[in-house]
Amino acid sequence: MRRDVFQAIADPNRRAILALLAKQRLTLNGVADNFRISRPAVSRHIKILAECGLVYVSQQGRERYCEVRLDKLREVSDWVEQYRQLWEQKFDRLDDILEEMKKEKRHVLKK
Amino acid sequence: MSSKNKTIVTAEPGKQELFIIREFDAPRELVFKAHIDPKLYVQWLGPHGYEMVLEIFEPVSGGKYRYIHKNKDGQEFGFHGTFHEMSEGVMIQTFEFEGYPGHVSLDCMTLEELPGNRTRATIHSVFQSVSDRDGIIQNGMERGVSDGYDKLDKIIASMISEKE
Repeated sequence: MRRDVFQAIADPNRRAILALLAKQRLTLNGVADNFRISRPAVSRHIKILAECGLVYVSQQGRERYCEVRLDKLREVSDWVEQYRQLWEQKFDRLDDILEEMKKEKRHVLKK
Repeated sequence: MSSKNKTIVTAEPGKQELFIIREFDAPRELVFKAHIDPKLYVQWLGPHGYEMVLEIFEPVSGGKYRYIHKNKDGQEFGFHGTFHEMSEGVMIQTFEFEGYPGHVSLDCMTLEELPGNRTRATIHSVFQSVSDRDGIIQNGMERGVSDGYDKLDKIIASMISEKE
């Protein structure tokens, strides 16, 4: 299975876990209390999030605390932003071509 | 250059589709022409720093296309597909990057007439899977990052000299 940020956020439960952890650091049980899905299921999602680098789990005494690593999430917006810029470059060139076409058309109409 | 129109890309996590929306300060007829006239098409479709070679171009319903992006180091990236429908309002085509064979997307572009001789283009791309979509975006990103706006300046300069 892929382990990257896109895999991490592909699942709605994992997105909800991230949204929850973005507000506060919680124990594994604290996270599970917020969800209807089973504790082992929450635990599996946390494990995937940790493997994708989006959540950091630390053992403190008997409790395991989960913290979010939001800088990793920025990879997603950057990636779509880069793609957007690629298209923007093309469309900016198309704008210039369209301007030329409009001028030519006006020229023809005048004749 | 005219006032800047924004390019909007929507790619929701976990979905196998994406949308690109852009408006143009030109009538639909001209935006369509820039998509089907090979001389115009090659001037804007390639990424910066790449030469765009249209090898096959049959912009009619049922026609096919193949083009190559060449960079300065002589590396070539081929793309091909078929035009399912080509009309002024709707262009539907398949798209395949030859470096990622067997992964085909279906691109549907609509051109909508707006008041004031303006046009809104919406591209809806549907991929075979979420990872196909993510793969092609990441690939496009790598190809897209290159050297500034010098290519644009050259095109404008050559268009001006042609007219004189």
